[in-house]
Amino acid sequence: MEWEVVIGLEIHAQLATKSKIFSGSSTAFGAEPNTQASLVDLGLPGVLPVFNQEALAMAVKLGCAIDAEIGKVSVFDRKNYFYPDSPKGYQTTQLHHPIVGMGHIDIDMEDGTSRRINVTRAHLEEDAGKSLHEDFSGMSGIDLNRAGTPLVEIVSEPEMRNAKEAVAYFKKMHSIVTYLGICDGDLSQGSMRCDCNVSLRPKGQEEFGTRTEIKNVNSFRFVEQAINVEIERQRDILEDGGVITQETRLFDANKMETRSMRSKEVENDYRYFPCPDLLPIVIDDDYIEAIRKTLPELPDQKKQRLISEQSLSEYDAAVLTATRELAAYFEEVAVKCNDYKLAANWVMGELSAALNKNDVVITDCPITSDNLGAMIARIKDNTISGKGAKSVFQALWDQKGNDVDALIDSLGLKQVSDSGAIEGIVDEVLANNDGQVQNYISAEPDKRGKMIGFFVGQVMKASKGSANPGMVNKVLKEKLDSKC
Amino acid sequence: MALDHSDVKSIANLARLAISDENIDKYRTELSSILGLVEQMNAVNTDDVQPLAHPTDAVQRLRADVVTETNNREKYMANAPAQQDGLFLVPKVVE
Amino acid sequence: MHNLTISQISKGLENGDFTSVEITQHFLNRIKQFDQGNDGLNSFITVMEAQALADAKAADERRAAGNATPWTGVPFAHKDIFCTDGTLTTCGSKMLGNFIPPYDATVVDNFKQQGAVCLGKTNMDEFAMGSSNESSFFGGVKNPWNKETIPGGSSGGSAAAVAARLVPAATGTDTGGSIRQPAALCGLTGLKPTYGRCSRFGMIAFASSLDQAGPMTHTAEDAAMMLNVMASFDEKDSTSIDQDIPDYTATLNNDIAGKVIGIPKEFFPDSLDGEMAKTVRDAITEFEKLGCTIKEVSLPSTDLAIPAYYVVAPAECSANLSRMDGVRFGYRCEDPKDVEDLYKRSRGEGFGDEVKRRIMVGTYALSTGFYDAYYVKAQKIRRLIKNDFVSAFEQVDMIMGPVTPSPAFKAGEKSGDPVEMYMEDKFTLSCNLAGLPGMSIPAGQINGLPVGLQMIGNYWSEATMLNMAHKFQQATDFHKQAPQGI
Repeated sequence: MEWEVVIGLEIHAQLATKSKIFSGSSTAFGAEPNTQASLVDLGLPGVLPVFNQEALAMAVKLGCAIDAEIGKVSVFDRKNYFYPDSPKGYQTTQLHHPIVGMGHIDIDMEDGTSRRINVTRAHLEEDAGKSLHEDFSGMSGIDLNRAGTPLVEIVSEPEMRNAKEAVAYFKKMHSIVTYLGICDGDLSQGSMRCDCNVSLRPKGQEEFGTRTEIKNVNSFRFVEQAINVEIERQRDILEDGGVITQETRLFDANKMETRSMRSKEVENDYRYFPCPDLLPIVIDDDYIEAIRKTLPELPDQKKQRLISEQSLSEYDAAVLTATRELAAYFEEVAVKCNDYKLAANWVMGELSAALNKNDVVITDCPITSDNLGAMIARIKDNTISGKGAKSVFQALWDQKGNDVDALIDSLGLKQVSDSGAIEGIVDEVLANNDGQVQNYISAEPDKRGKMIGFFVGQVMKASKGSANPGMVNKVLKEKLDSKC
Repeated sequence: MALDHSDVKSIANLARLAISDENIDKYRTELSSILGLVEQMNAVNTDDVQPLAHPTDAVQRLRADVVTETNNREKYMANAPAQQDGLFLVPKVVE
Repeated sequence: MHNLTISQISKGLENGDFTSVEITQHFLNRIKQFDQGNDGLNSFITVMEAQALADAKAADERRAAGNATPWTGVPFAHKDIFCTDGTLTTCGSKMLGNFIPPYDATVVDNFKQQGAVCLGKTNMDEFAMGSSNESSFFGGVKNPWNKETIPGGSSGGSAAAVAARLVPAATGTDTGGSIRQPAALCGLTGLKPTYGRCSRFGMIAFASSLDQAGPMTHTAEDAAMMLNVMASFDEKDSTSIDQDIPDYTATLNNDIAGKVIGIPKEFFPDSLDGEMAKTVRDAITEFEKLGCTIKEVSLPSTDLAIPAYYVVAPAECSANLSRMDGVRFGYRCEDPKDVEDLYKRSRGEGFGDEVKRRIMVGTYALSTGFYDAYYVKAQKIRRLIKNDFVSAFEQVDMIMGPVTPSPAFKAGEKSGDPVEMYMEDKFTLSCNLAGLPGMSIPAGQINGLPVGLQMIGNYWSEATMLNMAHKFQQATDFHKQAPQGI
C-alpha cells in the first residue's frame, strides 16, 4: 500500500529574557545546581507568580513575525502532573486562550522551492527543572535552575509530509526566533527542542492515522533521523496488519530507533484549569502595533531584498540568510567591500569551507567581517589578485595579523597596477622575445588569443608575480596588436 | 454521582494519594455524598452565563524583566528531606 | 491587663503605663497557664517565647528612641498559615510538621515593620479546611466559652486564643468563612476584607481565588487598627490590587444614620433556628436605633453557594497542594521504593482525611469528562452569586444576616459527616465566591454561647463596615463579654 506521512511539530523555544517567567531569578545557563532557583521556582508553600513583561513582548513579537492573530485576552492555565522536575505538581501554561493564534511561515526546500506551513498556535509556559540520573547513592538528583525559564511552545498544523519538510520547518522557525532575538537558538543547550508528531495514512484517505509523539529532539539532524526511523517503524507495523499505539516515544540516536517512554505512560489526565494565582493578560492594538514596529528584518524579507536589490541568486540569498548570525556577518562584509556578489562568493566559498573544515561556527569565526570586507575591497581595487587574496585569507584565519593592508605588505602581495611600470616590463619582455613576437604577428588572428598566455607568463615572472594580471593582459594585447 | 471502587482508586492515583483498601469504601461513600451535594448546581440553568474565575475584574500586572534574586541555596534547601551536592534527591527516575 | 484591647494596649505603651516586655510576659504566662496540658485550649501550635521577648525588648527600645508606631510593642499572634522566616509553619498539617519557611509572608513582614510582637502561631484546621478546628494534625482546639464545644474553623486557634485573652488579637484567613465563623462562635470581631486587599504572598494557599487574610479582635476599632497594618498592595502577589488604603481608624466615629441595610430573605430561611433568627434580628434593630433603615433584598442564588464552593475550593486546592510531594520540603515517607511510591505514601500519610477528601473531590471535578459539568458549572454559578450581590448593592449599603446556623456545637458532633459540616458555612461562602468583604461582630448569646451578626459590604467598603460595627459596639456590650473561668 502507498502511505502518506503526516507530521506536525511542537517546538519549545526558551525566551531570551534575563529573568524567569514568574520570578526574578536569572535564566543564565550553566550555573551550579539550584543556585538560580528562587522561592517561587522551588514552589515553596505560600509563594506566588508574577508575570514577566518581556516574555509577553517576545511572544507577541513572534506572533507578529508569523503573521498570526494575537490574543488580546490570554489566560494561564495549570496543567497538573506529578514529576520530580515539576516543583509545583503543575505546569503553568496556556490551553484555551493562547497569546498567539493561527499564523504561518514559508519553508525553503533544498530544491529551491518553498511551501507554506500553518502554525496552529503559540503559547507561553514555564520550563521544568532537570532530573540528573547519575548515581547519587542510588537516587536521582533534581536541579531546578531551569524551572520557570520562559518558553514559547509553537504548534504547527500537521501539514508536513516528509522528514525533510519537518527539518526545513524547524530550521525556518529557528531562523525566525533568532532573527527576532527572542531565543538564542542554541540547540545543544536545549534552548530549542522539538516534539515530532508522526502518523501514516493510506494515500488518499482523509482521516488521520494514529500518531506517536517523539519527545525532545534537539538537533536538525536528529529531527530528520527520528522522523525517518519512526516512519519506517510505523510502516512496518501497518504493513504487517498491526495497529499503532498512541504514545510518547524517545529517539535514541546511537541505536537509530525510537522507543516508548513507559514512565510517562502512567495514567495521565492533566486536569487543566485557569490558574487562580494569575489574572487574564489583556493587551490592546496599540501594544501590538508598538511591538510590530520593533520587528527586525526577517529572513524572508532579507532574502528578497538580497535578490531584488543586490541581484544575488535565489540559492545564494537563501543560504546567506538562513541564520541571523551568518546573515549579519555577510551583510557587514558586503557593506564594507561594497560588493554583495563578491562578498557572497567569499562567504559561501572560502569562508564556509574553512568554517566547515575546522568545525567552527560563524560566531566564533577568527576573521572579522570587517577584515574580510577590507580584503575583498583590496581585490576590487586591484591591490591584490584573487590568488594573493587567498594568502591574505589564510593569514587572517591563522591570526597572523589583524590589519589587511599590513598583511598584504608583509606578504608582498601588492600588485603593480601602475600602467607606466607595467608598460616598461611589457616592452622589455617583447624586446627579449622577438621570435615569439614574430610568431604572434604571423599567426591567424583567432590563434593569437592562446599565444598571448606566453607573454603574460613572462611578464608575471619578470614582475615576480606582482603585476596586475588584468592590466598585463590589456597592455600586452594593445602592444602586440599594434605591431600586426 | 455515585462513585464505585475503581473511580476512587483512579482519583486517588491521579492525586497521588495512597489509600488503603479498607478505606476505599469510606471515601467512596463520603465522596459520593459530597458530589451529591455539589450536583444541586444542576437545579439552575446556566446556559447563558459566563464562567467567573476571579472575583475581581482586575487584569494581570506585569513585572519588569530584572534579575532580583541572588543565590540562597543553602537556606532554601534547608527543609529538603534528602539532598546531596546542591541537588534534591528522589528515588531513581526512569525515563 | 489581659482584658485590654489593642487600642488600649497601644495607648498604655504610649503613656508608659507598662512596657512591651511586661505585657508580652503577661500574655505568655497566660498561654502557659491556659493553653497547655490536657485541659488547655490548645490554641497555639508554636509559642515563640524567646523571640517574642526579644522583639518586645526591641520594641521598648524603639519606643524610647521615639520611632514607635501604634503597633510597636503590641502583642498579637499569627495563624499558622502565614510563613514566618525561621519559625515552624505547619498549616495544621503533619505534611508541614517540620517546615521552617526561609521567608516571611508579606502580612508577617507588615507587622514586623511596625514593631509588633508576635507571641506564636495559632492552631487551625489542616490547610484551613474545616469549620471546627478538628482537622488539625495538632489536635482540636477548645472553645473557651465551653470547653466541650469547638471554636469554629479554620481560624479556630486564633479565635480561641483571643477569646480567652491569651493574646489581644490574631490574624486569620477566610476562604469560606474561616475568620467570620470562629469569630462568631467565640464572640469576636472578625473581618474578611475584599479579595485583593491583603497580600496572599506567604499565606499558604488553600483556594487561591477565595483566600483572604483578615483581623480577629475584640472590637471593630482593633480590627481597624489591624487592617491598617495587614492591608497592602504587594508586587509579589498578582491578585493584590493597587487600591487606595484609607486609615480605617479615621472614620470609625462617622455618623451612620441613613445607611440602608439589606436583609436577604434567603439568610433567614424557615429552617433557621428561631433563637438564632431572633438574636440576629434584634441586633439589626440596634442599627435602626442608630438611624439606619432596613430593606428586604433577595440573593436568589444563596443556596447554590455551598455546591459551587465545594467544587471551586477543592479544585483549586487539589492543584495548590500538589507541591506537597515530599521532594523539597515537608513530610517524606520512609524508604520510598520509587518516585510514585514517594508521592503516594508521603501524601497519603502526610495529609489528613478532610484534606484528602477535598483533593479527591477537586481532582474529580477537573478530570476529563467532568470539567464542564462540575468546574465550569460552578464558575457560572459563581457569576450568578456575584450578580446577586451587585444588584443588591444598587439598593442597599450593607447586607446583614447570621454568620452561622447555630452557636458552637460539641466536638465530634459533626466530624463524622463531611456534608453536615459543610452546612455550617452556608451563610459565609457566597461572600468569598463574590470576593466581597464580610464581617462578624458579637450580637448576643444563646445558652451562654456567643452568636455573630454577619455584615457583607460592597467591594472596598471595609471602612464603612468598621464604622458601622464600631457605632454598634459603642451602643452595645456584646463584644465586651468574656468567657468565665479563664
